[in-house]
Amino acid sequence: MLELKGHKEILVKFQSLLALSLMVVIFSICAEGFFTKDNFWLVLRQVSVNTCLSVGMTLVILTGGIDLSVGSILALSGAIMAGLFKNGLEFPVFNLFIGFTLIGAVIAGLVVGSFLGFFNGWMITRFKIPPFVATLAMLTIARGLTELWTGGAAITGLSKTFGYLGTGWFLGVPVQVWACAAIVVIVVIILRKTRFGRYIYAVGGNERAAKLSGLNVSRIKLLVYTITGALSAVGGLIVTSKLNSATPTAGDGYELDSIAAVVIGGTSLSGGKGSVLGTILGALIIGVLNSGLIILQVPPFWQKVIKGFVILLAVAIDKLNTKEH
Amino acid sequence: MTNSNIDNIVLQAKNISKTFGGIKALDSVSLEIFRGQVNAVVGENGAGKSTLMKILTGIYQQYDGQIILDGQKVTFRNPKEAQNNGIAIIHQELNLIPYLSVAENVFLGREFINRFGLIDYKRMYGETKNLLERLDLYINPRIQVSNLKIGQQQIVESAHALSLNARIIIMDEPTSAISEHEIMVLFDLIRSLKSQGVAIIYITHKLDELFEIADSVTVLRDGKLIDSSTIEDVTHDDIVRMMVGRDIKDFFVKADATKSKEVFSISDLCLAHPSRQDDYIVDHVSFTVKAGEVLGLFGLMGAGRTELLETIFGLHPKSSSGSIFLSGREVKVSSPTEAINLGIGFITEDRKLEGLVLQMTVAASISLARIEQIERFGLLSTTLETRLAQDYVERLRIKTPSIQQIVENLSGGNQQKVIIAKWLATNPQILLLDEPTRGIDVNAKNEIYRLVSELTKAGLAIVMVSSELPEIMAIADRIVVLSEGKQTAEFSDLQATEELIMKAAIPKSFKLQYSSTV
Repeated sequence: MLELKGHKEILVKFQSLLALSLMVVIFSICAEGFFTKDNFWLVLRQVSVNTCLSVGMTLVILTGGIDLSVGSILALSGAIMAGLFKNGLEFPVFNLFIGFTLIGAVIAGLVVGSFLGFFNGWMITRFKIPPFVATLAMLTIARGLTELWTGGAAITGLSKTFGYLGTGWFLGVPVQVWACAAIVVIVVIILRKTRFGRYIYAVGGNERAAKLSGLNVSRIKLLVYTITGALSAVGGLIVTSKLNSATPTAGDGYELDSIAAVVIGGTSLSGGKGSVLGTILGALIIGVLNSGLIILQVPPFWQKVIKGFVILLAVAIDKLNTKEH
Repeated sequence: MTNSNIDNIVLQAKNISKTFGGIKALDSVSLEIFRGQVNAVVGENGAGKSTLMKILTGIYQQYDGQIILDGQKVTFRNPKEAQNNGIAIIHQELNLIPYLSVAENVFLGREFINRFGLIDYKRMYGETKNLLERLDLYINPRIQVSNLKIGQQQIVESAHALSLNARIIIMDEPTSAISEHEIMVLFDLIRSLKSQGVAIIYITHKLDELFEIADSVTVLRDGKLIDSSTIEDVTHDDIVRMMVGRDIKDFFVKADATKSKEVFSISDLCLAHPSRQDDYIVDHVSFTVKAGEVLGLFGLMGAGRTELLETIFGLHPKSSSGSIFLSGREVKVSSPTEAINLGIGFITEDRKLEGLVLQMTVAASISLARIEQIERFGLLSTTLETRLAQDYVERLRIKTPSIQQIVENLSGGNQQKVIIAKWLATNPQILLLDEPTRGIDVNAKNEIYRLVSELTKAGLAIVMVSSELPEIMAIADRIVVLSEGKQTAEFSDLQATEELIMKAAIPKSFKLQYSSTV
C-alpha cells in the first residue's frame, strides 16, 4: 500500500504536466498561430515575471504564510530603478544631487524590494501579525509609495541598455527567460540541498516541532519574506526593462496570478508541502491559457472567468486524488 | 460468553471482515456487546480494533458480515446514522473545537433554539452544567475548550456522548492521556453509565485497568478474534500472551547501568504563572541526575511536569528563574537551540503536534535537529543523510519500508523511535522524555523501555515523565513526585511503592482518597 502511495505522488506531479500538454495540444489544434516558435517565446517571456513572483510565493506558502504585496513591491522597485536611473536623487534642502549608474539604480531597486519584504517578515515575526494582514497592508503601502515616487505618471525614456533584460536575446533565448531559469535553479537548489530549504519545509509542516528541534523559526520566516521581496524587485526590473518605462500601476493584481500558479502547482496553502517545479508548471499552465484564449479571441472578461474555473478545477482534482479511502 | 444472559445483548457483530488493498484488516470477527457492561476490546496496534470500531460507528460502510442492534440487522450509511441509533464514540485524539465554549461543543449541531430563532444559551449552559456535574467536573460551561486540560476535555466529550442519549459508548484509549486521579473519575463515570444500562466498549492498552473496570474482554490479534471471555476467567498474563502471542518472560527487565558522576542538576527552578501573580506552575524544583541514571518525574494532571521539562529546555526564558547546572557548571538556557547545543534533548509528549513534521521523510526527520552533520560544502549531502538515517533505523529497529518514507505513514511506536533518533543524532548528554510510551502498543513500549535502558548504559542521563505508575517504577532509578508545581517527595528505586507515590502526588485540594487496586 505504501508503494502505491509513492506512485500516486508521481501521478499527481505528472498530472499537471499532463494538463499542460493537453492544453498545448488543444490550443495547437484550435488556435491558429498558437503552436509557433514566436508564440513559444512570447509565452515564456510573459510567464517569466509571474515565475519570479511565484517562486518567491512558493517559499512563503511553504512556510504556511502568504504574500499579497508582491505586485506592489514589483511596482515600487521598478519605479525606483527607473526614477533613480533617469533622474537621480535630489535633495534641494542640502543642495545635493546623487546620480545613479544603471547598475546602481538596479541595486537600489533590489535593496528596496528586499527591505519591504524584510519589513513584512519583521511585522509577522516580531508583532505576530498574520501574514495575510501584514502583506495586505504592504500591498497598499508599497502601491501608495509608488504613486508618490512617480507622481502618478509613468517614468519613461530609459536607455536601450536598460531594455536589454526585458527585450534582448542571448544564445537564441530571451534574456529574461535566462534570468528566470537562473532564479529557478538557485531556488530549487536552496530548497533541496540546503539547511535553509529543509527548514522552510519544517517550519511550514509543523512550526512547533521545528521550534522544539532548535530551529530559529523567526529568522527563517524573516529570510523567506526578504527573498520574496527581492524576487518581486527582480520582477519589477524585468517589467520596467520590457516596457522601457515604469508605470505606477505595474504589477497590479500579480499577487493573485502568482498565488494561482503556486496552488495549481500543487503546493499546499497550509504549508510544508509543495515544490518550485510544480509552481513552474502552474505558471506555465496560466501562461498557455492566457495565450490560447487571446489567440482564440475570447473576450477579456470571459478569460478571467475561465481562468478562475481552471484554478478551481486544478485544486479540486488535486484534492480528489489525495483523499484517502 | 457463557454466563451472560442472551437478552442482555444489545449489539452483535457477526463475522465482520474488511480488506484494505488486499490486506485483511479484519478476518471474520464476531463480537457481542452486553447492556450495562464494560466490554473491553484489547489488542496491539494493527490488531483491528480501530477498524472494527469504525465499522460500528458508520465510518466504514463497506464490509462483509452483519451488525445486529437489538435483534435487528442494521447498516449505517454514515456516522450520523450510527449516532442516531445510540452508538457514540469518544476518540483517543479528542474531537473538540478549541475556540468554542464547552457548552457549544457539547451541543454542536444540536443547539437549543429559542422562540426568536436564536441560540438559547441559558438552557445550553444549564444542561451542560448538569451533564458535567454527572461526570464530576465542576467548571463554567462558558469556558473555551482550549483552556481545558486534556483530561477535562475528555470529560466534555463524555458529556457530549451522554447528551446524545447514547446506549453504546465506545471509549478509545480513554485513559491514555489522563492522570491517575482522572482515571478514578472516569471509572466512577463508567460505573454510573453501567448502572443506567449503557453498554461500554472499552479499548485500552492498559491491562491493569481491565481488572478494575471491565466485565468481559475480547482479544484481537492481526485482525482475528483470539478470545472473548468474562474477566473473572482470565489473568493479566493470559491477556498479554493472547495479545502478543509470545511468552511473558520476553518483557522488560531493567538493566543496571553504572551510575557515575552527576551530569545534570537544577536548583530552585521556577516558572511563573502567566496571569496569577506570586503563583508558580513550577515551584522551586531541585534535583540532580547522574550519568547512566533515569530520574522519573511523576505527577497528576496539572502538576507541572511538562512545564518543568519545557523550562529546562529553554521554552520559557522570560518567566522562569532558578539555576541549571551541566557537569557542575551553571548554564543559561534561553532557547531550544541553546539547549540542544548544550547537549539537552527533549522528546515531547505529543508526537504529532510537537515531535514530528509529519510530511517529512524518515531521513529528513532524523537529521532535522542537527542538520550541520549532513552538510558538505554548505549543501546537504544525500550520502551523509542516508548513512545517518540508516544507522539509526538499524540501531533503533525502526520499522519503515525505506528511509524516504513519510513519517506520517509509520505506526505510533515507530514515529516515536524516529523522534528518539532525531534527538540521539544531536549527541545529547541529557534526554528529557515526556510520556514516551503514550498511545503506543505493548511491543513498542517494551522496545522504548529497552532503548532507555541501552541509552543509560551508554552514559546518558535521562529525565522521564510518566503518568503510568508501573511504568515509572519499572524504569526509574529515582522518582521525584510533583504536585501543583511543588516537589513533594523523592524516592529511591527501593523505597517507592505505588501508594506512597500516589499519596505524594495528590494535591491537598483533592478530597479523593487513592486506593491501591493492583
